[in-house]
Amino acid sequence: MSTNVGKLWVYLATTPLLWLCATLSIYWLADRFFVLTRRYPLANPVLLSAIILGALLKVSNTHYETYFRGAQFVHFMLGPATVALAVPLVGEFQELRRRALPVALALVAGSLTAIISAVGIAWSLGASTTIQASLAPKSVTTPIAMGISKAVGGIPALTAVLVIITGIIVAIIAQPWFNTLRIRDDAARGFASGLAGHGIGTARSFQAGKRAGTYAGLALALNGVLTAVIVPYLMALWHG
Amino acid sequence: MSQPGTETGFVHNHRTGTTMLFTLSVLLIFQLAGEVVARGLSLPIPGPVFGLVFLALACMVRPSLRQTLEPTSGTLLDHLSLLFLPAAVGVIRFLPLLRRDGLALAAAVLGSTLLALTVTAVVFVAASRRLTENGAEQ
Repeated sequence: MSTNVGKLWVYLATTPLLWLCATLSIYWLADRFFVLTRRYPLANPVLLSAIILGALLKVSNTHYETYFRGAQFVHFMLGPATVALAVPLVGEFQELRRRALPVALALVAGSLTAIISAVGIAWSLGASTTIQASLAPKSVTTPIAMGISKAVGGIPALTAVLVIITGIIVAIIAQPWFNTLRIRDDAARGFASGLAGHGIGTARSFQAGKRAGTYAGLALALNGVLTAVIVPYLMALWHG
Repeated sequence: MSQPGTETGFVHNHRTGTTMLFTLSVLLIFQLAGEVVARGLSLPIPGPVFGLVFLALACMVRPSLRQTLEPTSGTLLDHLSLLFLPAAVGVIRFLPLLRRDGLALAAAVLGSTLLALTVTAVVFVAASRRLTENGAEQ
């Protein structure tokens, strides 16, 4: 009997199916819970299900590589989903053209703030230049951020972690923070969430509404490109 | 003999299925084109971002394409959060990296995120307001 259970576990542990099932069903449960709590910020489904899955991996002594063999199918869809952001963007094209000036001004102001404040705060607390460089691109989507980090002398793996944490923070605090600031314009809320919190901020914005999500997607793409262009110059200027 | 109701239902389902298949193919083909350009020119911008730009151009040239792609891409974007879960689980593996410099990193990430959210939203709202005021004057 116990050898059968052992064999079954060996099978389950090696097939991608187990962790794919776990990823989907735990996220589904966390999302239900999020809706049940009327989207209470700290009940964020990405945060909650990442903690549960992380704990399961630890308890079952499973390597992340084994987990990822199942989860990669979900992860892979990030590419086509990014391309899909074009569809609502084109739908809002007339409106976007009218808003070109606010978009451009908010992009430059927000992008510079995200970079300079991250580096500045870390510097004022005595962090090394490597840590500062790893923080500089923290608001942009992971592949761009890792490339920037490497180019300016940061640690790409550390940057990847900081990017995900930044995104989750945006997903948690953006909505209550904008309510406190009394910013009600969905376009402004979405654009700021996508600029500061890349794809995870964009995903949270789509939950708030299609318009907010569309502007978040626009900010994610624009800030990714702008940050890639300006961080090397800013870091060179900063180190003199 | 087939009943008319069943047949319409079947045709409808069949169309939805075809639309989904078509949409996924289009998205993947544009991602592929984006990857080819990004890698071919060895640019620091990821392939899917180029794919996004190409697809936006294609939808502007042919508006009917956007309408066909809308349902499936809408569903995909509604569940965008789920797609970040594998990467978020991966963060746990690197948490020891954060132990050193923990305070500086936490303060920088939290402080900078709040500042960036505030500045972006406030500038956006202020510039939009000026725009509508100028528009009203004209």
